[in-house]
This record gives sequence, structure tokens and C-alpha cells, in this order.
Amino acid sequence: MNTNLPITEADLQAYIDGRLAHGRCAEIEAWLATRADEAERVAQLRSQRDALRALYDPVLGEPVPERLTRVAQRVPRSRGIALAAGWAALGAVAGVLAGWQLHSVQASRMPPLSEGASIARSAAVAHATYSPEVRHPVEVGADQQAHLVAWLSKRLGAPVRAPVLDAAGLSLVGGRLLPGEGDPAAGPQPAPVAQFMYQGSKGQRVTLYVRTETRDHGETAFRFAREGSVSVFYWIDRKFGYALSSGDLDRAELLRLANLVYRQLNP
Amino acid sequence: MDERQAIVDLIPRLRRYARALVGDRSAADDLVQDTLERAWAKFHLYRGGTDLRAWLFTVMHNVHVNRVRAQRPTDAITDDLPEMAQRAAQGDSLMVRDMDRALAKLPEEQREVLLLVALEDMSYEEAARALGIPVGTVMSRLSRARERLRATMLETPASAKLTVVK
Repeated sequence: MNTNLPITEADLQAYIDGRLAHGRCAEIEAWLATRADEAERVAQLRSQRDALRALYDPVLGEPVPERLTRVAQRVPRSRGIALAAGWAALGAVAGVLAGWQLHSVQASRMPPLSEGASIARSAAVAHATYSPEVRHPVEVGADQQAHLVAWLSKRLGAPVRAPVLDAAGLSLVGGRLLPGEGDPAAGPQPAPVAQFMYQGSKGQRVTLYVRTETRDHGETAFRFAREGSVSVFYWIDRKFGYALSSGDLDRAELLRLANLVYRQLNP
Repeated sequence: MDERQAIVDLIPRLRRYARALVGDRSAADDLVQDTLERAWAKFHLYRGGTDLRAWLFTVMHNVHVNRVRAQRPTDAITDDLPEMAQRAAQGDSLMVRDMDRALAKLPEEQREVLLLVALEDMSYEEAARALGIPVGTVMSRLSRARERLRATMLETPASAKLTVVK
């Protein structure tokens, strides 16, 4: 059906791009049939479009250079947090990758599942045991921080540090020494473990569990686990295994905190 | 997670567009890389559920415009031969090679519109959004780009052009 609308240059462009409704298309074709010059120009522009595709479409089939896929493997900053929180909110089971990567290059490395699960469980148990303590939450208080750190470093046989989490509203209460895991009958005595305790203004407590590893695992991604009512983010950084536990913070907050701890330990 | 995969899936299209936009392969991939870096840095500005492809092309447009602006002093010199020499390597027929060179002669803003529409198959509204310009401007730039490309192709037969490069 003829609409009798004047044919504009925009109509011709849309005709070339195949973006006209059928009826309008027929009108353009009828119009072009009476104008040889215009018809030839439009035909040339259509083949121009085809030539462009012929020239550049092969790029689509080329292998993507590694430097580009590497960039794309990174997790966008703010989305990474939202993503991990989303995973956690789904009630992710213990040991599910939180979607957060400590280090893009080594992101694919994960702690062996048994080791990771064991640090998460031990940390959660230690958290549940000591964080409700009113009178004796720690062995050495934050007022003797230099002594605390020196003592724990000596007992662990490696330099440990207590991150400063005041920016997140948590102050250091102090720390304690815990027995290492493992079966004493199976071999040498496992190295003891350190626990730092932090407290927020509402009394909520967060503990950082620090273990020395028997070998260098490189770096691993953050993993999230839930043990009873305790949430844990854990990771391994070279010769240390870390687990950050809380019974109060939601997972997004805990993840943010884990990231803060990680950055402080790796300035 | 899905968005990350979606971005990875879009890399070939970003590369196709970048190749047509800047010609040289490694310069095009540099543009894609800068675009991806910037997309990550600005990802909080992307509104989930909206058109990710359009958003990425907007990011690429901004990165490209900034680069062109920064390079402007040298542009006058590379107006003709050096760029043509770079571009001559690709393509498999004289006609296609000619098209490539003619494309390089278009003003940036016309080339972008033409490529988003003809190569990326964006609707005029999508191209307008990606470039931050009115649809009417898309239409006029598209028309001028096509006409100019056609005129260049008609006036410079492949053989003549090749002797110039040499």
C-alpha cells in the first residue's frame, strides 16, 4: 500500500541497511525503478556495505590475543564484591569459590580442598570457642602489641603481623597461641597457630587465624565457607594460610574486610 | 560472572570494529585492550541488565576519541602514505584493499557511525546512544560517510593507488 510519504535520504539509508518495513521497502523500490541514477548509487552503497563486511568479518574468526583475554579475566572492582556477596547470599556451601580473585595471574590456583576446608573448620572452631569470652578473649592484649607480635612470630617460626582494621571500625583486642592441627602420631609436631581478635563498637568480634604452611602454595583465591553460624573467608598466601571468621558480619562486609587484611599483609 | 563471560564473548566484535577504525592490527588491539581496562575501572557505572554491547562500544568510542585527540599533532603528517602503507597488508582483493584505504580517509566521526551501522549492525538509535549524539546526526554522518567512501572508490582505481604506495 502506498503511503505517499516523500522519499528522504534517511529512507534510502535505512533501505541500504535493511531497516525498513516491507511496505516502505516496496515504495522505495518503485521509486528507484524510475530513477536510474539513484538506483545505481544505492546499489553501489549496498555493495559498499558488503565489501566492508567482507573485509573485516574475518577478524571475528581470528584467535583472540592472550593479552586481551587476560584483561577480560579480571573481575571488575565493585562488581567483584557484589558478585561474591551474591554467591554468599545464595547460601554457598563450604569451599565454594567466592568469585573474588586475589591476584589475577594466580587466580586459578586454589588450595587443595582438604587443606582449605581444614583451615576453615579449625578457624571457625577457634572463633566459636574464644570470641564469646568476656574476661579472657585473648592471652596477650593489644596494649602489648609489640610483645604479642614478637611472641607469636617466635612461636610460629615466621614473622606474623596484626593488620590494623580501624578503618573498618574494628580495633585489635589482642591475640593468642593455639595448638596446630594434624595428627601428632603421624609425624613432627605441627607448628602452632596464631589467632588475632578484633572487636567493633557494638561488641561484634572478628578473628584472624594465621597458620604457617609446610610448603609454598603460591597465592590462592579467597574462598568462602560457613561452619555453623560462623562465616569464614580463607586464603593461602605463600607460606601462610589465613582465615577470617565472624558470626555477625554479613558476607559482603566480611569479604571487604578480608580484602583489607590481604592488602595490609601485602603492601 | 555472566557479565564477565559476556564481555569475553564480545571481544571479537570489539576487535573487528577497532581494526576497521584504526586499520593497523596491533594498534587496533591496543585500542581493545585500553577499552577493556577502562571498562573494568568504570564497571560500577554500567547498569546491569542494560545493553552491555552498546556500553562497551561507548567506552571504546571514548577511549578512541581521547587517543585521537592526544595524537592530533602527528595526524597531519600521517595523512596519506604511512597509514596506507600499514593498511595495504590486509585484504585479499584490490577492491577490498581499496575500500580499506578509502575508509582511512574518512573523518573519525563519520567512520565511527558508518562502522557501527554497517559492520556492527547497530540500529540508528543504538549507534546514537553509543556515540552520545542525536539520531539525526547519525543519519547525516552515515549518509556523508557512504557518499564520501563511494566517491573515493570511484576516483582511485586500485592500480593507480598501488603505485603511489610503492
